[in-house]
Parts: sequence; C-alpha cells; structure tokens
Amino acid sequence: MSEIIKNGVIHEDDWTVVRLADGEDAATAELPAGRVIVPLAVWLARREALGAQAEAGVLGVWLAGTEDPAALADDLLRLQLIAVDFPKFADGRGYSIATLLRARHGYGGELRAVGEVLRDQFFFLTRCGFDALQPAAGRYTPEQLKIALESFRDFAEPYQGAVDRAEPLFRRLARKVAA
Amino acid sequence: MYQYDEYDQRIVDERVAQFRDQTQRYLAGELGEDEYRPLRLQNGLYIQRYAPMLRIAVPYGNLRAEQVRMLGHIARTYDRGYGHFTTRQNMQFNWPKLEDVPEILAQLATVQMHAIQTSGNCIRNVTSDPFAGVAADEEIDPRPWCEIVRQWSTFHPEFAFLPRKFKIAVNGAKEDRAVIQVHDIGLDLKRNAEGKIGFRVLVGGGLGRTPIIGEEISSFVPWQDILSYCEAILRVYNLNGRRDNAYKARIKILVKALGIDAFRSQVEAEFAHLKDGPATLTAEEVHRVADHFVDPSYETLPASDAGYTAQLAANKAFAAWARRNVRAHKQPGYASVVLSLKKPGIAPGDITADQLDSVAALADAFSFGEVRVTHEQNLVLADVRQSDLFAAWEGARKAGLATPNIGLLTDIIACPGGDFCALANAKSIPIANAIQARFDDLDYLHDIGEIEINISGCMNACGHHHVGHIGVLGVDKNGQEWYQVSIGGDQGNDTSLGKVIGPSFAADEMPDVVSSLVQTYTTNRHDDERFIDTVRRVGAEPFKTQVYADREERKQAHV
Repeated sequence: MSEIIKNGVIHEDDWTVVRLADGEDAATAELPAGRVIVPLAVWLARREALGAQAEAGVLGVWLAGTEDPAALADDLLRLQLIAVDFPKFADGRGYSIATLLRARHGYGGELRAVGEVLRDQFFFLTRCGFDALQPAAGRYTPEQLKIALESFRDFAEPYQGAVDRAEPLFRRLARKVAA
Repeated sequence: MYQYDEYDQRIVDERVAQFRDQTQRYLAGELGEDEYRPLRLQNGLYIQRYAPMLRIAVPYGNLRAEQVRMLGHIARTYDRGYGHFTTRQNMQFNWPKLEDVPEILAQLATVQMHAIQTSGNCIRNVTSDPFAGVAADEEIDPRPWCEIVRQWSTFHPEFAFLPRKFKIAVNGAKEDRAVIQVHDIGLDLKRNAEGKIGFRVLVGGGLGRTPIIGEEISSFVPWQDILSYCEAILRVYNLNGRRDNAYKARIKILVKALGIDAFRSQVEAEFAHLKDGPATLTAEEVHRVADHFVDPSYETLPASDAGYTAQLAANKAFAAWARRNVRAHKQPGYASVVLSLKKPGIAPGDITADQLDSVAALADAFSFGEVRVTHEQNLVLADVRQSDLFAAWEGARKAGLATPNIGLLTDIIACPGGDFCALANAKSIPIANAIQARFDDLDYLHDIGEIEINISGCMNACGHHHVGHIGVLGVDKNGQEWYQVSIGGDQGNDTSLGKVIGPSFAADEMPDVVSSLVQTYTTNRHDDERFIDTVRRVGAEPFKTQVYADREERKQAHV
C-alpha cells in the first residue's frame, strides 16, 4: 500500500502500475493480481479480455509521454482510471496529454499522474486535469506528504485558463481598467 | 507603463513564498539537486562559474524609476555593486548568495518585479521594441500585447516543462527592432486589408548551435485568437519536440524536420479545437491592458526647440552625442535618448549601483519616470523634451552614460562570456574591450558609421553573434580560447545570418582582424553605404582575402 493524493486528500492506495520489462510481449505478459494499471500496449493488445476488469474498476491504463491519448478515445467510458507516466518530472508531455484527455476527449474518470511526481508540480498537474497524484514510492514521508498538500494553494488566481478553470482571469473576474 | 493590480501583485507575492519554501527544502536536503535545478532556473537562478547568477525579468524592457532604484539597491546590498543588462532586456546579478535570493525576490516584489521564467524550459520573458509607443514608424503599440502574452504565459501549467526554452518577441513598427525572425515565435502586429488588427506569426527562428530564420506560419491571426493560436503552437511543440537531445530540442528543429507546411497543418488542426474557446481575447481585456500604455501627458511643443538647436551649434561634444544617442520621436518637441552602457573598458551592458540611481534620477527629471532596456544592452529615456536634452546629456555624462557611440563600432553586444558564464568556451568582455580600445578615435568611429559587432563566448549565442555585421564566436581548441569571425549577419527587417570567413583567431589578433575588416569596407564602400551593405554588395571574398593577408604579413613581421 502506498499513499497517493486524490482530490487534495491523502489516501491509502493498492493499485499496481505494471511496467513491461524489455522484450516482454504486451499480448502475453503476466499481470499481477489485484488492481493494476497496465501500459497502453497491453490494453490495446488485450482489450477484449481485459474489458470486464476495466469496467469493474480493477484495471486502468497508463500512457507514456510518446503516446497519443486519442488511442483511448473509444474506451473512455469503460475506463475508470487512466494514468499518465512522468519518466522525469521535467518531462512535460504529460501536462498536454492530460489536457487533451479532459478538454478534448471529455474523459471524466480518475486521471492519475504516476512516475516522478513531485510536490512542486502538484499545482500544475491539478490545473491540467489530474485528480490523483502518485509520487514515487518512498519519495515523501507521510509527514512530508501532509505538508505537501499546501502546494495546491501556491497560486490563488492564475492568469490563464486550464482544465480546472477553463476561463482565464479576465473572464473570471472584472479586473479594473486603470484610472 | 503597466501597473500591477491586486491579482498581479498577489501572483508575484505567492511566487516569493513558493520559492522561499523550495529553497529552504533544498537547503534542508529535502529537495535534491536535480529536483531543485529546474525550479530555480524557472526563477532565473543559475549556479555559475563563481557564484549563483540571478536573472531578473524586465518584461519587454520596461522599467519605472523606482524599479531601477531597487536594482541599484540590490546591486549594492547583495552583489558587488553592479549588474548586467542582457540581450534579452533582462538584468543579471553575478554574485548573489543563494540563501539571499528569496529575500532579493521579496524586495523586488515590493516594486512589481520578479524573476519568473527568465530561464528554464518554459515560455521566457517576452521581449519587444525598446522604442514602443514613441517610434515614428510604429503602426501598432506592441506593449499591451506583450503584457497580455506575459500574463498568459506566466505559470502556464501546460507549458512549464517544455522540451527547451521558448522565446516570444513582439514588434509593431515598420522596422523590426525586436529581432522577431530569430525567436521561437515572432509576432508582427499589423492591420489587414479591412483595417483589423492581428498578427503575422513567425515560428522556428533562433540562434544558438543551429541558427535558423523563422518562417511564416500565418500571415494574419486576428487579435482575438492570438493566445489560442500560440497555445496550439506550444501544444504541438510540447508533444512532439525532441527530448532525447537538448541540442535538438528547440522548436526550430521540429519545424525544420517536419517542414513548415506539415507543422502548420498540425497547428491548424489543434487551433481548430481552441478557436473561439475561453482563451479568446475580449475587447474589454485588451482595453484594460492598453489603458496602462496611453501616452504620457506630453506638452504641445514646436517641432524643433530653438534652444536645443543653438546648443547643438555651440557645443561639439553635445552635437556628437546628439547625433548618435538621440532619436526622433513621434511627438513634436520630444526625442528619445539612448544611454550608452558601452563605455570603452566596461563590460557591455554593465552598470553600477550609482549609475542605476543616476538613471532613475534622469528618468524622473526628464522622461516621466520611465526607462527602457534595449537588446543591444543600452538604456533608453523614451520621452525627453528637446529643451531638456542638454541637461539630460550633462546628467548622463556625469554618470558615465553619455558615450556617443550608439550604433557605432564600439557599441558592441557581448554576453558575459568566460569571465562569468559556466557554459562559455571563451571570454567575451576582454575581446570587446580590446576592440573598443583600438577604435578609440571618435572621429574615425563616426566616419566608419553604423556597424554592429556581436560577441558570444559560446555557441549558445547569447551575444547574438550570428546577426552581427561582424560576429565573433568564442571556441575552445585544445583547451585554448579562439575566436571565429563571421560577417554579413544582420538584425531587423533584413535579418540574415553571418558567414564564417575562415580559420579562427587568437584573442590578441581580434583588434587587428576588425581593423582589416573595417579597412576593406572603407576601401570598397560607396558613399553613405553601411558596412553590411558593402558586404552584401561585394560579397565576403575581399574581406576574407584582406583579413588573412594582413594576418600573414603580421606573422612575417614577427619572424
């Protein structure tokens, strides 16, 4: 069990992110028991077989930064969890992928950031539509994670629109015209 | 000039608190070196050769006198009494203590300043024409649009971790003074046939290791759509830009790899989803921002001030200064003054705390309390009455800021180079100083006329050497510093990239090399022809031949 942050609250979590070893075949790779988040390749290769598990809420799919979320366009209603992998926290593709999943494809289930997820990204990740944030195992002590929740409030009124608040500041509030 | 409202101020204050916390966590060991690095870079904080370097944002080069005084205060209190204006219109401090940076930022925030996005792989501080709002050739004032882009890009959550840095420049005059052709996105404000305002958009320009001139992606994006259009470009870049090799990660490489037409198709497909969405600008917002940039309360004056004309006739030194450092103004009876930060022997762009105070005083006395920074690393008092020019000159002279060399050979653009920068292969400042020392005769300097020398200490090209009429690039050969020379580069409407003339030179050869180039020019030039125009007309060959022949002769003389 690890701790994740969901909708701004710390939760115990029992999902396992499945990563294929080099040379492992997506069609045949063995999946661990319990709730699993499988690579897109596994999902695409075994959609029929895994569909029921997805619908039952025990199987999710994760996307790499190189993968187009449009590949899941037909599955969005079946999937209750989609994760986006941050191989490095400074690799920002996941922000655009999340934005596309939410704003373009209308995905409404859990959208989870996995991989190198740091508290200093929480604010940006949330703005781009992630509602679940899963720092690498052991990255934060329970105490540090609690303090990390403050990061969500780094900026009260950001300028531009994003997934969380689509309207930019100039549409949200009447900013005064200078005297 | 733009004044923060409570929302702008709050964001900057919140940034100070955020960065203070991040720095504390770093110092406490909770945030690793690799984790802290991108965070501090997005706040302009480098770890440099000798100390941290802090790059403070001067959005589109606009400063108020109180902000200039604050920069002076910081130079005095936290640095070694001086700072450095960069080719991106920002200010750099080279010797702050890392522990002091949160406090420096807190003090900057009291005068509506910050270091947001002055570095790192994000949308950088937007740049523009230092003569915006006052230039006679201006069609549309770029400043409100710069401010709108600044706000949109500040902490943009989707584009905070791009493949590489991303630079946007805006120009609104007939003459491009923002070098938009060598930016990741260049925005050229214009009116279409129906008189509607919009932007010609260039993409994929940039200097550095692979210098490329930007290509037109759209001939006209209506102003309402400009943020959505930029968002589309940024999204295509974020998702498709290379991340495997930092040297190939800029948008210019992506645009080149795909070709502009394929890149445009992707952007247009993305834009189709965003058009008319919430990012669409409203007239209210544009008016709100534009109201910060209304003309100051100009007096109604005759086009030409009799006193000024008399002083020009009576004082040769003043006339020489006025000829180079004073620019025509759209408003009758006014002028713009360029304060030279290119006094021979000083690092180009360097300014002391006392000089910063003097600049603030001059701005208060003569220019509605405002100052501009140019990408040539000089300062501008944009709105000076002609009748005040003599007094402004005396004040500038007292402060050592009245070198009459704007646009001349000693007005050299140079990065800080190996004296400060950890990236540099070679020094820049001593080369600039040696060239300035060689050309110390003012009459000769004026006779040579307009010529731009740009010096970079490495191929990251902070000194914009590719677009210098004479470009100098520091290179490392077996642990020794050498200098590669190019000619034919230019900025502005006819932006071009210089071509290397041949094998590189030792540092002590550089003044001779420039002398040879200048001599070739003066021998070949037609009346009133600038160096760059002669190079374009006769080609590089006579210059090459002369430079290397002179070099051979010098060698023989030493044998």
